[in-house]
Amino acid sequence: MENATAQAPKGIRQVIWASSLGTLIEWYDFYIFGSLATVIATQFFPKTNPTAALLSVLATFAAGFIVRPFGALVFGHIGDLVGRKYTFLLTLVIMGGSTFCIGLVPSYERIGFAAPIIVLVLRLLQGLALGGEYGGAATYVAEHAPPDRRGFYTSWIQTTATLGLFVSLGVILITRHALDSDEATSIAKFNDWGWRIPFLLSIVLVGVSVYIRLKMNESPLFAKLKSDGKTSTNPLKESFVRKGNLKMVLLALFGATMGQGVVWYTGQFYAQSFLENTCKLDFDQSRTILIWAILFATPFFVVFGAWSDRVGRKWIMMAGMVLAVCTYRPLFGQMVALSDASRARTDQVVAHSESTVINSVEKQTTTVDTAIYWKLVGIVFILILYVTMVYGPIAAFLVELFPTKIRYTSMSLPYHIGNGVFGGLTPFIATLLTTVYHNDLLVGLWYPIAIAGVCVVIGTLYISNRMNTNIAD
Amino acid sequence: MDLLKRAFGLLWMLLAFVALIAVVLMAQAEISRKPTTDVWIQWGVFVGICIPIAIALFIFGLFALKGEYDRLPTRSSDR
Repeated sequence: MENATAQAPKGIRQVIWASSLGTLIEWYDFYIFGSLATVIATQFFPKTNPTAALLSVLATFAAGFIVRPFGALVFGHIGDLVGRKYTFLLTLVIMGGSTFCIGLVPSYERIGFAAPIIVLVLRLLQGLALGGEYGGAATYVAEHAPPDRRGFYTSWIQTTATLGLFVSLGVILITRHALDSDEATSIAKFNDWGWRIPFLLSIVLVGVSVYIRLKMNESPLFAKLKSDGKTSTNPLKESFVRKGNLKMVLLALFGATMGQGVVWYTGQFYAQSFLENTCKLDFDQSRTILIWAILFATPFFVVFGAWSDRVGRKWIMMAGMVLAVCTYRPLFGQMVALSDASRARTDQVVAHSESTVINSVEKQTTTVDTAIYWKLVGIVFILILYVTMVYGPIAAFLVELFPTKIRYTSMSLPYHIGNGVFGGLTPFIATLLTTVYHNDLLVGLWYPIAIAGVCVVIGTLYISNRMNTNIAD
Repeated sequence: MDLLKRAFGLLWMLLAFVALIAVVLMAQAEISRKPTTDVWIQWGVFVGICIPIAIALFIFGLFALKGEYDRLPTRSSDR
């Protein structure tokens, strides 16, 4: 049966292309809302109105922390009952449709409370769809891949979350500067109506992806299981009530995805917000630094995925977490030192020009020179390199942990709790720690360090490095 | 090694308790510092999601203590 999974190179390339493109678009859709949160807040959730502000809080917290794991349960269940192909096609349509509709919703000024309520519902649908997409795509690719190259092939799926962020940042930056020849006017137009463009663009991307996915076949392992009448009748019960499987779900969560989630969020989102809020870099520089770092680091997802086929998944993931635990504080400290050095030089120049002093006081941000800029790119590159180590092999690792009939359900929940909850909490816990301990700019890092540290101990003690080559059972 | 795995099970069970108590105390402090509805919702969500995760960590510790992780299953029939 395992031979049924071995696809001709052309076939597996189509599988990877169809799965990765759709997943990338889903991440793009999810991130543009987060990246444009400030603009969206002024359009739909005015702070002057407490109820609208309340809906904003719900949109922020409920989508990531509650609805995303719930989506993993709902779509995982459907995926193990009906099949992988139609389930992750459905999540793509829901995500794309919701994103497109957000771009069409009239502002609070025009339709009042209906606006924030509609946006909240659409955001929750986004979270729900995201919860179902990843497990389907990873399972679908893994169940097509030959056993000795499973890490390599599934690592393409792993690139999509980072590339989705890359594309969303790129589209936002380009749109922000392309609406008028005058930069200030262009930004004003973007804040007024141009922010809708990245949302509306989604429908084109989703249309293309749905077309490609429709032409694909069901996963051969699942199709065989279904034709033999061996699919699970209740995947949720088998995954989370049966002790033999529940213990593997818990191991996946506390020994792998929990640490992976915080390393992922710290390397990308926290790094960018740290550059902008703590290092006080301006909007464009903080984002372009991340864009360059992502561009240089993304190939390493595939490198570490492929390497895991030879040396096993466990130690690559654990090494990434150990490096993160040991070097986060020095690396982020270096970011502060570099931006401080740049600011000190700027201040000396500013002292000779009154007009510039006024300007710098008004903006409260700084732009760093080219040398420091590229040093910061280098540091963020290292942070994302850790992400590629923990994230590159994890799809193959999760797939090999669970049997075909409950794989979608069993791997989706720990993945989305690890990423959505443990990872998603990173900015909030970090901010909270910063408000309590004002004097330490790096205090927020103790949260990802502690979580990744515990995960390393659990992973090292309990996870096996032996690869399960037969995933057909 | 198996003995170490089991011994650490106790630590995970303890950690589950400590983490839950820490989150509840943090939520209490933050809500009393700024008792607005959005802070209530934010911390309500945090505590709400932490409870099942803490229970899950406790169960994980219990499984470890009982030796469930001494040997991991290699096929579906082992589960």
